[in-house]
Amino acid sequence: MRYPTFTLPFTIGLSFVLLYILVIWTIWIVRLSRREQKIVWKRLFTLRTIKAIWESFREGLLHHNIYKKNAVLGFMHMGLAFGWFMLIVLGNFEARLYPHGVINPPYYPIFFEFFRHDLTPLHEYEEIFTFLMDFFLLLVMTSIGLAFFKRFRSRALGMRRTTKHILIDRVAITALWFIFPLRLFAESVTAGLYNTGHFFTNFLGQWVIYNLPLDYLYYPAWWAYSISLGVFFIALPFSRYMHIPTEILLIFLRKYGVKEKNNHSTFTTIELNACSRCGICIDACQLSTTLNISDTQPAYFLRDLRYSKPNERLRETCMLCMRCLDACPVGIEVTQIRKNERNEFPLFGTSNYDYLSEHKYPKAKVAYFAGCMGHLTPSVIKSTLALFDEAGVDYTFIDKDGSICCGRPLQQNGQVDAAKQLIDKNNTIINETNADILVTSCPICASEFKHNYRLNMPVLHHSQFLNDLAKQHKLTFKNTGEKIIYHDPCELSRGLGITKEPRELLKNSFILEENKKNTGEKSLCCGGSLGITNISLPQKMAIASDAVFQLYDGKNNLLATACPMCKKTLAMAQETVKVLDIAEVMLNNLEPKKKKVQSQKEPAEAEILS
Amino acid sequence: MIDFGYTPMPITVHNMDKADLSLAKWLAERDETFNHCISCGSCAATCTAGKFTDFSFRELTHSIRRGEISKAFSESEKCMLCGKCILVCPRNVNTRNIVMLIRKANQIFKP
Repeated sequence: MRYPTFTLPFTIGLSFVLLYILVIWTIWIVRLSRREQKIVWKRLFTLRTIKAIWESFREGLLHHNIYKKNAVLGFMHMGLAFGWFMLIVLGNFEARLYPHGVINPPYYPIFFEFFRHDLTPLHEYEEIFTFLMDFFLLLVMTSIGLAFFKRFRSRALGMRRTTKHILIDRVAITALWFIFPLRLFAESVTAGLYNTGHFFTNFLGQWVIYNLPLDYLYYPAWWAYSISLGVFFIALPFSRYMHIPTEILLIFLRKYGVKEKNNHSTFTTIELNACSRCGICIDACQLSTTLNISDTQPAYFLRDLRYSKPNERLRETCMLCMRCLDACPVGIEVTQIRKNERNEFPLFGTSNYDYLSEHKYPKAKVAYFAGCMGHLTPSVIKSTLALFDEAGVDYTFIDKDGSICCGRPLQQNGQVDAAKQLIDKNNTIINETNADILVTSCPICASEFKHNYRLNMPVLHHSQFLNDLAKQHKLTFKNTGEKIIYHDPCELSRGLGITKEPRELLKNSFILEENKKNTGEKSLCCGGSLGITNISLPQKMAIASDAVFQLYDGKNNLLATACPMCKKTLAMAQETVKVLDIAEVMLNNLEPKKKKVQSQKEPAEAEILS
Repeated sequence: MIDFGYTPMPITVHNMDKADLSLAKWLAERDETFNHCISCGSCAATCTAGKFTDFSFRELTHSIRRGEISKAFSESEKCMLCGKCILVCPRNVNTRNIVMLIRKANQIFKP
């Protein structure tokens, strides 16, 4: 057989892309740190590999994560990936079952219909193969249709915004969109000439385009199909479609336990290449939904970091609320990458907090740390301590005379060395109390204590601790039967995974009104975020008021939250809903136990007053 | 000398005609809220760092407006970025952003 020239673009493209992937995978794996390589080797022959294979199948082909968030979008991605995969697999089976040998050139199964018009040698398989090939082509075509539609009317597919692509992505996406219509056309032309195909291509060929000059179109159609494949393959490594091979590697490495560290590494490069710029992060971001800032989301940030360096605005315009992290279907550690990028720009010194003095506090079983934001909302401290007194907790208030910031705000803005000084100071103060537990009112501090401190005691948020007290019947609450809304703070829900305890505590007195869309790990940011500096207070207030009205149902205007900063911002932003901290709400509904103690106190107070 | 517990203030005469307002201008260009400050001192009252030392955002803006740039650079480093001041400012001055900008200027302005 003479070499079929028209397969040349495809063959060149495929060879190039496979070679590129092979080389780049090798480079990446070699460049992983020794520790990471060791982990991978150790765990290579364990159950993790099987799990990774399953996850690659589920996420890479079926796109289960996207499907869970948005069924139509999930179907679109599934149709394209799984449909194409099945076309390749079935095409290969079909070509290998054909009675002329198992070994074929790579282009043979792809252009099988060009080479073989008479499939009767496949016997009983002929019907199944032709049907399935048509079925999956139809599936892919439906997805392409949806994708095309999405580019122009993204809202119809449940996306407010889609990513604005750069040139190489546009080239790749255009080539991709052309592949399947051209394949369909080529197969239909063939079907029109030789009566091949099944319900889809055969129908089109025999009934729709039969009066076109099919003889003349036969070669050009197959040429066009091959060229579009070739262009796509050549563009793939430099465009967003690099995510297809990279995601598989990422899933495996992640399953073996490789994680993002505190600075950019080879793993970061892999994560950057695994970003498909699908744009799901853009809709998750409140900067986009409320403030219309739609060009700094991870899709753009990771893209710029992949090709060169993101600019200052791109780096800094992010609240680090982690909503995108939760939304990302690939599971890229976007927030950590952004923090690491910020770390490369230190602005503060390393001995600039020498003025801080370390107060000494009495020892007790429970150390209570209110945090800066706690001190900004004294009612939170007062209520928490009143509840502690009621339950008879032996506590020491370790930042009574001015708290040293926990260091999280500095850390979130890339000032790691400066933050370290604060961490060291607080670490000493806290460890010296020798307490059994550290309780803090501020989720921001709690998150910092848990992740970056070396404490010799467990850290609890006050909502957890109060819930424990209620469970031990040290605190009893009146059941009011009223309804209440609960707002999950970012650092508490997404940062620490604490969503149950505050709810359990509230349920002692209230009926919880749950808004399914924005609760738990999907909660909205209050806008007060310390991770961002370059948006103004009115902009933050706009985010806060949006967050409240997403939860507010128009009737029930009592909202509880578990973060002093959220409380402050949400209360400042609007006047419709009354915002209280969980400790304040619970104190209001406390069933006082120690009546005797109170009655003893009263005359003493009366004396002082007189 | 008798210790009264306080000392007379050092004489500070600021010739505003000769003051170096380049930093003030540079900041106002990047964050216009810098000019909104009315020196009410709310920020100083809540300041976490202010509990331990005589740092305040109010003083920081003051020194910049007087052209005391090097003082502003050394003072700004005392800020812990905790963000309380931004929530109490009646004029919506984006305090944390201005501190970050001053720190950036520290790197740019230095020869």
